[in-house]
Amino acid sequence: MATPKPRIKVPSKAAKGEVVTIKTLISHEMESGQRKDKEGKPIPRKIINKFTCTFNGQPVFSCDLAPAVSANPYFEFTAKVMESGTFEFTWVDDDGSTYSAKNKITVQ
Amino acid sequence: MKLKSILPVALGALAIGFGASDLRAEPVDDKLIIDGEKEMITRTKAPEGHPFDEVLSGWLFRTPETRAMEADSFQNPAMLYVERGAEIWNTVDGAAGKSCASCHGDAAESMKNVGAHYPKWNAAAGKPYNIELQVNDCRAKNMQAEPYKFDHADQKALVTFIKHQSLGTPMGIDLSQGEMKSWWEKGKDLYYTRTGQLNLACASCHEANAGKYIRADHLSQGNVNGFPTYRLKQANMVSLHNRFRGCIRDTRAEQPKAFSDELMALEVYVTWRGTGLSIETPAVRQ
Repeated sequence: MATPKPRIKVPSKAAKGEVVTIKTLISHEMESGQRKDKEGKPIPRKIINKFTCTFNGQPVFSCDLAPAVSANPYFEFTAKVMESGTFEFTWVDDDGSTYSAKNKITVQ
Repeated sequence: MKLKSILPVALGALAIGFGASDLRAEPVDDKLIIDGEKEMITRTKAPEGHPFDEVLSGWLFRTPETRAMEADSFQNPAMLYVERGAEIWNTVDGAAGKSCASCHGDAAESMKNVGAHYPKWNAAAGKPYNIELQVNDCRAKNMQAEPYKFDHADQKALVTFIKHQSLGTPMGIDLSQGEMKSWWEKGKDLYYTRTGQLNLACASCHEANAGKYIRADHLSQGNVNGFPTYRLKQANMVSLHNRFRGCIRDTRAEQPKAFSDELMALEVYVTWRGTGLSIETPAVRQ
C-alpha cells in the first residue's frame, strides 16, 4: 500500500449525552524493524507511533503504538457527545509525516 | 480375568481424556451476517458425488475474534484492498489508453456475480481461466498493458475488488463448457495424490481430518469461497494460488508454478467442492 489512507466511522447524528462508538482504521505496513531483507540487511522500522483523537480541540483518546502492533491498525473507542462538533484524528508516522482525518457530528 | 475388569475403567478414563482435550473441535454453530445486513451461506448441501454431506465455509472454523472481523466490513482490513482495487479499475494503463472501466463501466453492475462462476473454460487458450488470467488476457489484448506478474500487489487488489462484487452469491462453476470435465478429473486426481516428504494429499488434511486440530490450527474443509483472503499471519491479501503453493510447500513437495496446468486443474476441482457456498471475498482467516 502506497500512501497510508485513514478510514473513519462516526455516526453523523447523536442525541445530547449519547455515547457514540468511533471506529478508525489506517492502511500501514507497520514494519517492525526486526525483519531482514533478502540480502540480510535489517529493514528499518517504520510504524505509526502515535494516534490521537480530539473533539472540538479537546482530547478524547490517544495512545502510543509499539512495533508489535500488526499492520493496518484498527481502533474502536467510545465518546460521550454533549454538543455538535468535529472529531479530528491524527496518526504520526516514524518518518515524521502525519495523516489526519475529520468527521462532523450533529447533536440534536 | 483381571484384565477384563481393568479394561472398561481404562477405556472410560480414555474417553474422558479425549473429551477434555478437545481433539475434535467441530465447526461453530454461528451465522455470518456482514454488517448485520447480508447473510452469507456458510453451510450448504454438498453437490452430487461429493465426499461430504455438507460443505462448510472456513469461517466456521476460525476464532470468535477472526469471525467478528470478517462480519464487520469496517473492521475487515481487506476492505482497504477492495478500495485500492476500485482505484485500479478506474485507472488508465497501457498503450490503448484504457482502464477496466472504459469497457466494463461500473463494476457494481458489470462484475456483479461474475467472480462466483470462475474458473471458466477459455476456448482460445484451451484451458480454464480464473480471474487473474482473465484480467491479464484483457490487459494484454485490450489495454495493451503489461500483464501482472503473479501476486503483484495490484493484481491481488483488483481481483479482490472484482470478486467482492459477488459477495454473498453462491459459488458454482459450469463443468459442461469445453473440456472442464477432464480438468475437473485431473484436479480430483491431484487432490487425492500424496506428495512430498511428508507424503500428504490435500485430502489427508481437508477431507480425512477436517474439523480436527493440526497442532494449533483448526483444519477446515479447505474451501476457496473467501479468496483472495486476508490472512492475519501475513497481514496481507493471499491469493488462491499462493495458498495452494504454501500448502504444497508444507508437505515438502516441489511446488507447481502459479496458474500452471496442475494448479488450474486443482482450482477447478476445489472450487467445485465448495459449490453453493457464498463468495465471502475478502474473507479474514488466521
